[in-house]
Amino acid sequence: MVEVAFFFGAIGALGGAIAVVTLRNPFYAVLALVVHLVFLAGIFLLLLAQFIAAAQIVVYAGAVMVIYVFVAAYVGGIEEPMFDSAPQLRIFGPILAAALFIEISIAVLGSSLIGLGSEGVEKVESGFGTPEAVGKLMLEDFLIAFEAASLLLLVAAVAAIVLAGRKKQSEEAG
Amino acid sequence: MAIEWYLVLSALLFSVGFTGVLIRRNPVVVLLCLELMLSAGALALISFSRLHGDGDGQVFVLMVLVVAACEVVVGLGLVVAMFRRRIALDVDEMKELRG
Repeated sequence: MVEVAFFFGAIGALGGAIAVVTLRNPFYAVLALVVHLVFLAGIFLLLLAQFIAAAQIVVYAGAVMVIYVFVAAYVGGIEEPMFDSAPQLRIFGPILAAALFIEISIAVLGSSLIGLGSEGVEKVESGFGTPEAVGKLMLEDFLIAFEAASLLLLVAAVAAIVLAGRKKQSEEAG
Repeated sequence: MAIEWYLVLSALLFSVGFTGVLIRRNPVVVLLCLELMLSAGALALISFSRLHGDGDGQVFVLMVLVVAACEVVVGLGLVVAMFRRRIALDVDEMKELRG
């Protein structure tokens, strides 16, 4: 049963990812990424990460993708002539990516993973991955990281306003 | 279900995102492919978290979500600024760090 769910999620996530890379219209690419993220959240559920799966759907597939949709609509659907300017990258890109895939697989699978037992820990503590457990970890063990994250979000919000905000005079003149 | 399957899937998704960053030219799509790479990294973190039965990896994934949100906001702000200044939305054209 788990296998069926995994392969269903894997095919969906991979299909969404490939669609993001290959679709020409950026608007459709954004929608393909939403599909990818929803399937990936399903895979997170299989790994007992309920809270992360919910956060992924709400924050990523919801909020972040809305920004993408707005920007894609704002700049217009530019149908890019796909691999025009750099034909050498059309060949080398996938080759490099395949090499990277093999390399990561060797690095991850060839590590001492087998010694740990590949099924993972038999019994996780009850409540593993629930909002309660994650929140407790976050506010007790990782409090400084949590505060730093809030500061980072504030800085990013200010940066976005500075970058994309409309200047009154100089913009019109320049 | 062995954890290796999840790790291989994560590597595969990362490579697909990497291909997109290399071959696409629209900055919005390049940012989307960066998101693919980040979510592949998140999948690997959650797999290891499950492997060890330890919640630290999940907290780290939340941090990745925060960083991804910041990256999106700044990146899309740059795209909007480029569009306003009528700079071509093509990463190959962006060779100089001049306004």
